Amino acid sequence: MDFGTILDAALSSALGPQAIVFALAAIGLNVHFGYTGLLNFGQAGFMSIAAFGLAVTVVTWDLPFLVGILVGMVGAVLLALVLGVPTLRLRADYLAIVTIATSEILRLVFGAVEFKDTFGGSNGLTGFVRPYQNLNPYSDGFSLHIGSFGIVSFSKNDLWSITVGWLLVALSCLVVWALMRSPWGRVLKSIREDEDAVRSLGKNVFAYKMQALVLGGVFGGIAGIFHILKQGSAVPTDFNTTFTFYAYAALLIGGAARVLGPVVGSIIFWFLISGIGSFFSEATGGSDPVIPDWIMTQTQSSLVRLILLGLGLMLLMIFRPQGIFGDRREIAIDGR
Amino acid sequence: MRLRLAALLAVVMGMLILLTPGTAIAQATPTPTPSAGAVPTADNPIVEGANITVTLLDLKGGEGKPEPVPGVSLTVLKDSKTGAEVGSQTTDSKGRVSIGIEGNGTYVVELDPDTLPSGVKLSGGGETTKTVEVKLASSNFVQFQIGAVVVEKASFGSKVVDGTRSGIISGLLIALAALGLSLIFGTTGLTNFGHGELITFGAIATYIFNRGVGLPVIVAGILAVVAAAVFGFLQDRILWRPLRNRGTGLIAMMIVSIGFALLLRSVYQYGFGGSTRTLSEYVVQGRDSYLGVDLSHKEVAIVLVSVITITVTCIALMRTRLGKAMRAVSDNPALSASSGMRVDGVISAVWILGTALTGLAGVLLAVQQQVNFQMGFNLLLLVFAGVTLGGLGTIWGALIGSLIIGLMVELGPVFGVPASIKEVGALVVLILILLVRPQGILGKAQRIG
Amino acid sequence: MAVELNAARSALASISKEPGSKKPDAIVVGSNITRTFGGLKAVDVEHIEIPRGVITALIGPNGAGKTTLFNLLTGFDEPDEGDWAFNGKKLSNVPAYKVARLGMVRTFQLTKVLSKLTVIENMRLGATGQRGERFFSAAFKSLWSSQEDANTVRADELLGRFKLDAKREDFAGSLSGGQRKLLEMARALMVDPELIMLDEPMAGVNPALKQSLLEHVKSLRDEGRTVLFVEHDMDMVRDISDWVIVMAQGQIVAEGTPQSVMADQRVIDAYLGAHHDTDITEIDLQDLEAEADAELDAEKDKA
Repeated sequence: MDFGTILDAALSSALGPQAIVFALAAIGLNVHFGYTGLLNFGQAGFMSIAAFGLAVTVVTWDLPFLVGILVGMVGAVLLALVLGVPTLRLRADYLAIVTIATSEILRLVFGAVEFKDTFGGSNGLTGFVRPYQNLNPYSDGFSLHIGSFGIVSFSKNDLWSITVGWLLVALSCLVVWALMRSPWGRVLKSIREDEDAVRSLGKNVFAYKMQALVLGGVFGGIAGIFHILKQGSAVPTDFNTTFTFYAYAALLIGGAARVLGPVVGSIIFWFLISGIGSFFSEATGGSDPVIPDWIMTQTQSSLVRLILLGLGLMLLMIFRPQGIFGDRREIAIDGR
Repeated sequence: MRLRLAALLAVVMGMLILLTPGTAIAQATPTPTPSAGAVPTADNPIVEGANITVTLLDLKGGEGKPEPVPGVSLTVLKDSKTGAEVGSQTTDSKGRVSIGIEGNGTYVVELDPDTLPSGVKLSGGGETTKTVEVKLASSNFVQFQIGAVVVEKASFGSKVVDGTRSGIISGLLIALAALGLSLIFGTTGLTNFGHGELITFGAIATYIFNRGVGLPVIVAGILAVVAAAVFGFLQDRILWRPLRNRGTGLIAMMIVSIGFALLLRSVYQYGFGGSTRTLSEYVVQGRDSYLGVDLSHKEVAIVLVSVITITVTCIALMRTRLGKAMRAVSDNPALSASSGMRVDGVISAVWILGTALTGLAGVLLAVQQQVNFQMGFNLLLLVFAGVTLGGLGTIWGALIGSLIIGLMVELGPVFGVPASIKEVGALVVLILILLVRPQGILGKAQRIG
Repeated sequence: MAVELNAARSALASISKEPGSKKPDAIVVGSNITRTFGGLKAVDVEHIEIPRGVITALIGPNGAGKTTLFNLLTGFDEPDEGDWAFNGKKLSNVPAYKVARLGMVRTFQLTKVLSKLTVIENMRLGATGQRGERFFSAAFKSLWSSQEDANTVRADELLGRFKLDAKREDFAGSLSGGQRKLLEMARALMVDPELIMLDEPMAGVNPALKQSLLEHVKSLRDEGRTVLFVEHDMDMVRDISDWVIVMAQGQIVAEGTPQSVMADQRVIDAYLGAHHDTDITEIDLQDLEAEADAELDAEKDKA
């Protein structure tokens, strides 16, 4: 049992690129769900369309990197418009079904063997990341430890991604903060509570919901692009529905409808997921494991964190729907 | 001229020995042996002790009885395709090879496509290898397909017939689960993202009663449905009823159901493992022709069981007191309570009925296909699609919506949807129909905003 | 203003008391408006005119279709057929938010205050034409802060007038039923409507508050606005309304000044049910119930 390894794994994930992807995606969900009450269960779809927009532009069409970024972001905006026009006038559950279906459609199409020439099939696309990595000013990785007791460590590429990523997170939070303190944000929060009241005061509810859907989708798109840049490949299965659910979990941990909620939530989410994963991996590993094989094998140990995550999400929603730091009076999750 | 569609199926068994020598389950060929004609003596006797036995059958695309395919060369390799060769044999008149192995481990069975009879070639990405995990002293054997094989192009008409058949079967399975979802949603308003795990529950329970306890599949299936009903009852009592009493909002409950789904799925994987397994009976069957449609016996059984169950349920919901009570509660719980109805009791009944139906879908799915810890999760979206398409909360709507979804999935490839992503067709149709009729096919029209 | 009001009132005196009668200066004119729920006609109005500058009450038994008519006129529901105009502008197929912007603002039977927002934020939300509500200028406070300040001043004045200034920073969810009604009314005034439509302003209000609420409604008229309200409380109708329209079974069955309407046999029938003495139509209780249910359903579906 090496607690240094466990702490290292937990902290490196919590501060590393994976948490950044979640933070960005959850910031988008926060705009959708936290502030506006839109049930977008297809955040993975916004991510995948932007990610493959970039990857296909650069790899398949051989166009410049920046054009790829542009294509990706335009893709996310268009997806929001296409999803919003039919569903935003309907009851909240319809948006949920349509977004979840769309994100699965996108994932399946991007991974289809029939479109391998364009999207690369189930292995996805690689070879678009060079312009991004060329900008990396770091020549070495980073590792912090006391003696052999590890605290946190990052590779050179991760260090670059962390720099870019947290900058993106900070900018996104700034945008959300500036918007949500404005009368525009007030309209969104009012829509979350009661659309008809807002409508009766002469506000075009549909237009506001659409703006929120696009804005949150753009954050999702940024998350998708960042995700494939930090790992160097665009793989369709990364963008499955479970991802969206995890992002919701991260958002709810930190507290919906708070600017920093998704960020704090993602950090805690990954600290726990990696820490618990590493703990049970350590506990079941080695020749004489702490937990004997007949209770838990090494394979099973990776599942404990998911079991706990499921349980945690349930308990959180039941006992603290406002998240760890939220104020219950301000959050309207219990609305319809 | 009618073009022939044929499929080649290979069943691979990692034979398992028990600790006493000489008690290998050698004779247990899981494939129903074709009874036609005199069976010639096997040239390749099943090897004593640990072995891998492969039976190669030509299913002829489901038309007529499967026939063994002789003269095909198969090789067993250790660990991987590039690993050491364990043995090689050519299929005998029974289509069988049997190659002894040393013990535990991973083996790869490779089929030499050049030795297949002329006119027969493998499709499905030319998958000619399959990996077998052999675990001695566990009482399982593994069976699976090496790709379906299409010999000649099927006519458009026969493709439509095939697609319709599979579509109706999967539509009925979806409908059973959708009925359960719709009942629970209609009565409690809960959008249950854990519904897929209830399907899996039925399948895994069947597997445990069948393989673990050793009961016949039919008995195991019945017990699994009962277990699912009990599970549903307990779930409502322990989790959902307290939440309702606390006044937890519907969206909050929906997120709780997401957490619960994740919890259950991980627990299944913890106990059941990540592999896909089969029940002990009815795994591979040939198809007979019924009124021009080719169906295997188990498919006939699945269709009958689901149609009867759905019909009985729907009639019961229309006619019985409980059915009326359910509709009353779904309409207005407060009013039902004040008119002396035991709302909690009605909701309990709905959960029992809903999870039993959903569990049955899982049982039938396990018989039709195989058992896997995420089989229900994979189906969940199609169940949701069926319910939404038909109109949220309407019983007949769930039925019709599910059948449409099943047919769209299976007929999609006939109309140009890439076969590897045939679900896409159904999901696109779902979105398109919601554009035109947002309330679903049978839902009540209502203007929102 | 008082002169105008008196003129408008005296004009009413000479108007025909027949259902759907013409008014010399109507702010809303509608005809042949029908709305069915299932097989049931919830609203079937041949002709309706709302006089300008006075308080008009819309009364009728439960399930008469008053709230449905409200929803139709304000764009919250769509009729099967019919057309109506506000200040001469046709409103068929005009969405609810545009109706409100034209100056026709409503409140709701079940008050819709935004309970997770503070009272003052509720008020600010009501202001129209806010630069800060536009996406691209919202992020830059300097573009909208002066307008926000002006709106806040106006909001504070209204809060003072409606005696809610002490509750300024409280979450609206903490207000009592009557205070919510007041807040909803004050918020509607932030839109500066020409016609304000109140759906049961007295429902769920503490009796002690009723009198002051009545004064507030009157003050709306006195500052030159037209008021249309739905009410069950006949005392209130008698006290403050200048004109009364009676609905039953989706139709307008009588109109007139409060005194004349109260004395009208058709109205008494409509209220007591026609079972004792039918002379207009057969009032079928079951129909009424079904209609009430349909209306409830419609409300529920929207919520």
